[in-house]
This record gives sequence, C-alpha cells and structure tokens, in this order.
Amino acid sequence: MMHSLNRHVRMLTAGAAMSLILMAGAPAFAETPADTLVEGWAIDDIITMDPGEAFELSTAEVTANTYSYLVRLDINDTSKVVGDLAESWTVSDDGLTYTFKLKPDAKFASGNPVTAEDVAYSIERVVKLDKSPAFILTQFGLTGDNVAEKARATDANTFTFTVDKGYAPSFVLNCLTATVGAVVDKKLVLEHVAAVTPSAEYKYDNDFGNEWLKTNYAGSGAFKMREWRANEVVVMERNDNYYGEKTPLARVIYRHMKESSGQRLALEAGDIDVARNLEPGDYDAVSKNAELATTNAPKGTVYYFSLNQKNANLAKPEVAEAFKYLVDYDAIGSTLIKGIGEIHQSFLPKGVLGELPENPYKLDVAKAKELLAKAGLADGFSVTMDVRNTQPITGIAESIQQTLAQANIKMEIIPGDGKQTLTKYRARTHDIYIGQWGQDYFDPNSNAETFTVNPDNSDEGKNKTLAWRNTWDVPKEWTEQSKAALLEKDAAKRAEMYQDLQKKVLEKSPFVIIFQQTEVAGIRANVKGFKLGPSFDTNYVFTVSKD
Amino acid sequence: MSIPQTVPTAGRTRARANGWAKSILRFLVIIVTTYLGLLAVTFFIGRVIPIDPVLAVLGDRAPAHVVERTRELMGFNKPLYVQFFIYVQDALTGNFGTSVLTTNPVMADIRRVFPATLELATLGTIIGSLFGVPLGVLAAVKRGSIADQIVRVVGLVGYSVPIFWLALLSLLFFYAKLRWVAYPGRIDIVYEYSFTPVTGLYLLDSFWQGQWDVFRDVFRHIILPAGLLGYFSLAYISRMTRSFMLNELGQEYIVAARAKGLSETRIIWGHALRNAAVPLVTVIALSYAGLLEGSVLTETVFAWPGLGLYITNSLQNADMNAVLGGTIVIGSVFIAINILSDLLYRTLDPRTRAR
Repeated sequence: MMHSLNRHVRMLTAGAAMSLILMAGAPAFAETPADTLVEGWAIDDIITMDPGEAFELSTAEVTANTYSYLVRLDINDTSKVVGDLAESWTVSDDGLTYTFKLKPDAKFASGNPVTAEDVAYSIERVVKLDKSPAFILTQFGLTGDNVAEKARATDANTFTFTVDKGYAPSFVLNCLTATVGAVVDKKLVLEHVAAVTPSAEYKYDNDFGNEWLKTNYAGSGAFKMREWRANEVVVMERNDNYYGEKTPLARVIYRHMKESSGQRLALEAGDIDVARNLEPGDYDAVSKNAELATTNAPKGTVYYFSLNQKNANLAKPEVAEAFKYLVDYDAIGSTLIKGIGEIHQSFLPKGVLGELPENPYKLDVAKAKELLAKAGLADGFSVTMDVRNTQPITGIAESIQQTLAQANIKMEIIPGDGKQTLTKYRARTHDIYIGQWGQDYFDPNSNAETFTVNPDNSDEGKNKTLAWRNTWDVPKEWTEQSKAALLEKDAAKRAEMYQDLQKKVLEKSPFVIIFQQTEVAGIRANVKGFKLGPSFDTNYVFTVSKD
Repeated sequence: MSIPQTVPTAGRTRARANGWAKSILRFLVIIVTTYLGLLAVTFFIGRVIPIDPVLAVLGDRAPAHVVERTRELMGFNKPLYVQFFIYVQDALTGNFGTSVLTTNPVMADIRRVFPATLELATLGTIIGSLFGVPLGVLAAVKRGSIADQIVRVVGLVGYSVPIFWLALLSLLFFYAKLRWVAYPGRIDIVYEYSFTPVTGLYLLDSFWQGQWDVFRDVFRHIILPAGLLGYFSLAYISRMTRSFMLNELGQEYIVAARAKGLSETRIIWGHALRNAAVPLVTVIALSYAGLLEGSVLTETVFAWPGLGLYITNSLQNADMNAVLGGTIVIGSVFIAINILSDLLYRTLDPRTRAR
C-alpha cells in the first residue's frame, strides 16, 4: 500500500515539475514589437466596416485612419475644416453648389488613382443603400433618383455637390467629414458587388459592394485595414500608396478588451501600449505610474436623463425644473466621473460651434421642494428610472435616487442591459431614462435637431428624435429657430442662435443634462505622439511612433 | 479454471441484432426529441425577450424608416408560427442564418470559436481526471486520514469558490506578479500573423507544424485557464471517485482478492478502480460536456474566444441567430457525449455487453 502511494506522489511531483520547467522558459517581460502599436479597447460596438453603413464610434476611428475624405475637421479649431483629398473648394453665391478640386496624385491602397468618379460613386452608394447614417447626406435633398445629378464628377479632378437649400457652408462641410464621407475605391468595389433582386424596399439590382465592404477595405488612408474579427481584433497596416507622409508605425492593432481592470493589468505588463477604457480608479493608478502616461480630450457625448411627458406628474413644468435642482452635480463630478467627464448642462458639447459655457443648476433641495409644492406635489410621488447596468450610469442613477428622496420623490431603479432599456425608451414606455447621446456628425445641428425638433408628437411620429422619445411637444418657434440656424451663413450669428436655443432648453425642457464625456487613455512611456482628438473621427494614430 | 465455450446459435445472433436495433432506435428518438425541444425553447425565448432584434442590427441611431424596412426584411412582421416554421426548415438544412454581430454565417463563426473551447475543455478535463482520480483513490484508501481531509478541503474549495474570482486572483498572481503565464487570449499578436492554424486546436497545430516557439506561447496562454477548469473538475471528480471507491472497497470480492493474497496495489488499481470506473466515466463525461458548452466566466476573464463568450456576447446583443446556433451545437455536444459514454460503458462493463 505504501508503495502505491509513493508512486502517486511521484507522479504528482513530476507533473508539477514539468509545468514549472515549461513556464520558467518564458521571457520575463512581455513587450509589443517596436513597429506595432497595440491598443486595448472595447470594440464590441462594431457591426460593419462599410463606411456607407457604419455609425459606431469605434468604426468612426478606424475609418478615419484608413480612408480619405474630401475634407476633415481641423483638429486645432473644430469650427473649421481642412482639405484631405480636396485641394480646394468653392461655394456658389446662392449656397447651392459646392465645387471640389481634388489633389492630382492621390492613390488608393490598391494602386488605383483617386478620381472624382470615386467620390461620386461613394456618395451615390450611401444614398442608394440608405443605411442608418445615410440621412447625414440625404438631408441635403439627395435621393436615389437625383443623386447622379447632384453629386457628380465634372472631370477627373473636379467634383460638384448640389444641395437643395442655401445652408450654412459649415453645416454642409461638417457633414462631409463624417464616416459616410469616406471615399471608396470604385474600381475595386465594383469587382465585389453582389446581385440583388429589386423589391419594393430596395429597387436596385446590386448591393454596391455592401456585403463585401462589411469586412473588407477599399480606401486610400494612411493605414489600410487588414482584418476585423468581431469582438476580437482590428488590424491596420501602413499604406505605402498613401499620398501624404508615410506612417512611422507598420501596424496598429486594436485588441478587444472589455474591462478597465484587465486593460490596466495589460498596460502595466507591457502587453498593450494604449488602454482606452480606463475607469476613474484605474486611470488614477495609471497616472501615478512612472512607466506610464495619460492623455485625455473632451468628446461630443453628453450624459443626461429625461422625463417622459406621458407621465402626468413628470409633465408638469415645475416638476421638470425641480429635477434639475435635485442632482448633486458637484458630488458626481468629483467622484463618479472624475477624470472621465466634466459637468456640462447644455446640449451642445464643448468644442462644437455655439457651445454654451454655463452650468446654472446646483443641488438645491429647498428650491426643488418649493417648485414641487407649486405643482401640488409637496408630498412627493413615485416614479421609475430605466438604468443600463454599466458605470458610470448606475452610480449616477443611485446618486439621483438619493437626492430625489430628499424631496420625497421615491424613484425605483429598473436595471437592464443596454439594448433592453433602449427598446423601452424607443417605444416611449419609460418614466425616466438615463443614458448618453453622441453627436451623429460634428455640427451643432446634430444635437439641436434631436433635442429641439419634434414635428409630430403622436406615437406614429416619423421623426423619432429624443424630443419625440420623451413625448415632448416642443414649442413651434423653437423648432423654427433650429431650422433657421441651418441656413444662417454667418458663423457668428449661427452660433448665437444655438446659444439662445440652449438657454431655452436649459430652462424649460424634460432633459436634465449632467455631464460631457472626456475620453481618456493610458499609454506606455515609449509611445510618442499619441493624441486623442475632439471626436472619434479625429483620433488619429498615423503620427504615432515608438522609441 | 476454464469455462466451456458456447457456440452462438442463430437465435442468439438475432437477439443481439434486435438489441442493437433497439438501442439505435432509442438513440434516434432521443436525438430527434432533444433537437425539436431545443429548437422550440430557444426560438420562443428569443422571441419573448424584451429586446428589439432590429435594434441589434442597426444600433441606436438608425432613422425610423430604416428600422421599419429592416424589420420587414428580417421577417419579424410575420406571424410567430410562420417564423418558427421557417426557422426549423432552415435549421434542418444546416442554415442557421447570419450573425448580426460578426456578419458571418453562424456556422462559420461556430467553426471558428468551437475549437478554442474544445481545446480548453479537453486540456481541462485531462488535468482534472489525471489529478482528480488518483486523489479520490488516495482519499478513499486512506479514509479519515490527514490526506483524506486535505483532499476534501481541496475539493470543497474548488467546488464552492466562484471560478471567476479564482480566475482573477490567479491572473493577478501568475500573470501580473510572477509573469509565468501570458496575457489573456489564445496567442500573442506577434505570432498571430506568422502562424496558420489548420484544425483550430492551436496546441496540436503548432506541434504538428513543428513551430516550437508558437507551441510554447500557446501553452503559456492556455495553461492557466485550463488549469483552473481542471481544478474545477478535479474537485468534482475526486469527490465522486472517493465515494465510488469506498463503495467498491467494501465489496466481498475485495475481501476475496485480499484472501487470495493479491498485492494491495493490484487490488486498488486493478480491481476496485476498474469497477468504479464504470460510473466514473459518466461523471467525467458529464463534466467534460459541461466544460464544452463553454465556461462563460473563465472565457470572459481570460478573453478566450470560445463558444461561451460567443454565445454570451450574442445574447447581450440580441443576436438570436447566433444564440440559437450555439445552443444547437451545445445540444449536439451533450447528445454526442451521452452516446459516447453509453458506448464506453458497454466496453467497460461486460454485463451490459452480454444483454
């Protein structure tokens, strides 16, 4: 019997020793290759890589680094644009026709030259496919029937774009910097179009390469996209055919990593060079580490909660105002969103034309109680809030729950996953919804429209803006003002109109805007030139290098 | 001692053939009912969850007319029973549709993620049985001794501590502090573009191709999650081995073997364990099947691109095609392993063979 046990123990120790030997051979320190930048980032929002269909933040960044556009936002002054493929452009006096002269020597990664034909085709396919982001272009009066006329190549290097009204040129140009403005390689895409049987919903006989472009690439940016595997990785490689300066890095890899703590571990160990989703605690730790550095930039996303006007209590204007006094902005700013956001109460994010640098509301329970008494609700009431279970949303909801209780409002939190709460929100069956809103494109109209336009407040309303989702019957003059600002050609006057609109919304609306997101990143010290831009379309990595 | 050879008669052969036919029929019935049940349950769960599947396809910011058009195209406006009928029809021809999340056909996705889980689960089960069975035997033989107590505690810890917590802790220790193992994932990005997997089982592929540095890298990635899963199944296997062994050791044939003067080693490993092996196979097979369905938590913590993570991600995104496809695969795995362990049973236990 002793004998058998000895054999046993021998086996165990031998096994353990074997594993030790195998592991001891491992290098002591992991490091990414010198010509490769590895970013840890939650990229699970990506559902397509086709610039004519993609509407997600991660895709915006990848597209911005791998495709060229006619024009891009000027990262030093985001109220302006600079030429990318366009060498110069002119706007006709009536504001209807935009003429772009292309740079003559630009090439696609495939080697094909970039011509005005490619630009026209890129816009044509966006309009005809009519996917989620298509409205950014179709709002200029483009339809499947007239797009060939309105977006056309007059010669190999000249592209003209005709809009239906004399819009502010800044508005039109800003929209062209969005992901849908990316120029695709017509010749390459045409090799990969799939035949489609025309139907009532879709009347064209081919898919404009949509199926193929979902996972493939046909651009002319500084990098080319080599591969995207959902929830795993995006790999970009240097584009040797790029018209501009060649990138110092040969390869950039976005590695899907969901958790902040995991990103921090990998960053500290050197397995990744950049961590993109650090929460306040981890961000703090990274900023104190001598081997690491941090960087940040305000982004165009605002966090807010909104009161559904179908609820009789919430529909009272005094109640809406009281809610604005029942948020502990200071406490939220100094703890829950420390480093990853800053208190911001108006609907245009900082950095956008017409921003309003005013935060008039503070936690004031007495004032709120007074307002509630005026509304006949001195004893408070009960209400629910749909909360997606991610930070910092959950934390903020809990903070609001506590401050509301001080004014006798009993708020029940209904936790749910993102898609679940959104489904409810879009069906207008919530009481209070808390969430974030990111600009659709980098222009004040994007947020102005969603917060202040609601032409049909019935359940059948077609224009499902945030105002509609909260059943808020926006005063007609405000909607008019929002639309008039679009046609104002004087940028300063246009900014003023938006500021006035924001003041009105601050005062009287069912939206309580709390803060604006700051994007943060932790980077290893040997990474040079890494900078976050004012939008995801401007998070460029083509100037980054490594020591 | 010799037993007279019996000559099989025609009647006996027929009886045996009958037995085979019966068991095959039994398998078929099990397979068909299980699949239909699975299809129905997953389909209806998928349709009653409070998530709008169109939202998953288009994201939050799609304009209303695009949402409506997509709903129409995806067939969500048809009556539920029609949708189910179409679904079963597609599933029977092996078409589980396209995943919303990855834009690939669901079957292609599963072909990619399943090997990752298979590799992890197999290694985990090997580790678990290799250590679990001897430990269980040890505990049974030295019942009540310190060794028994230690095995019990080890088992209890493995059984009651949440695996994700253990995973995080071990990651902190072996990766962050000691740097013995590699970062979560299957393989370092350095090798990702120099190595072309064939079967999708990276250990096997790199071994086959003689790429030793890749093999070592893959090993450094897999050892921690596989070790954890191994520990988890070890806890279960050792407990079960102990109780099966105790049962066998109390039998009369053991006393007879001892009286015959057989060595203790032979009695324990050759007689008692051989008899205990029959129920043990079921235990190991079930724990293997459990690991094969993808241990969601372990795969999440170790960023292991396997089936569990795939299904979880799909579920969170209301990507019902992928969830349904994944569930069917898990169902198939369970059925296959059940049948396999049934067959193994027959080889191990001569009595089941004779009938």
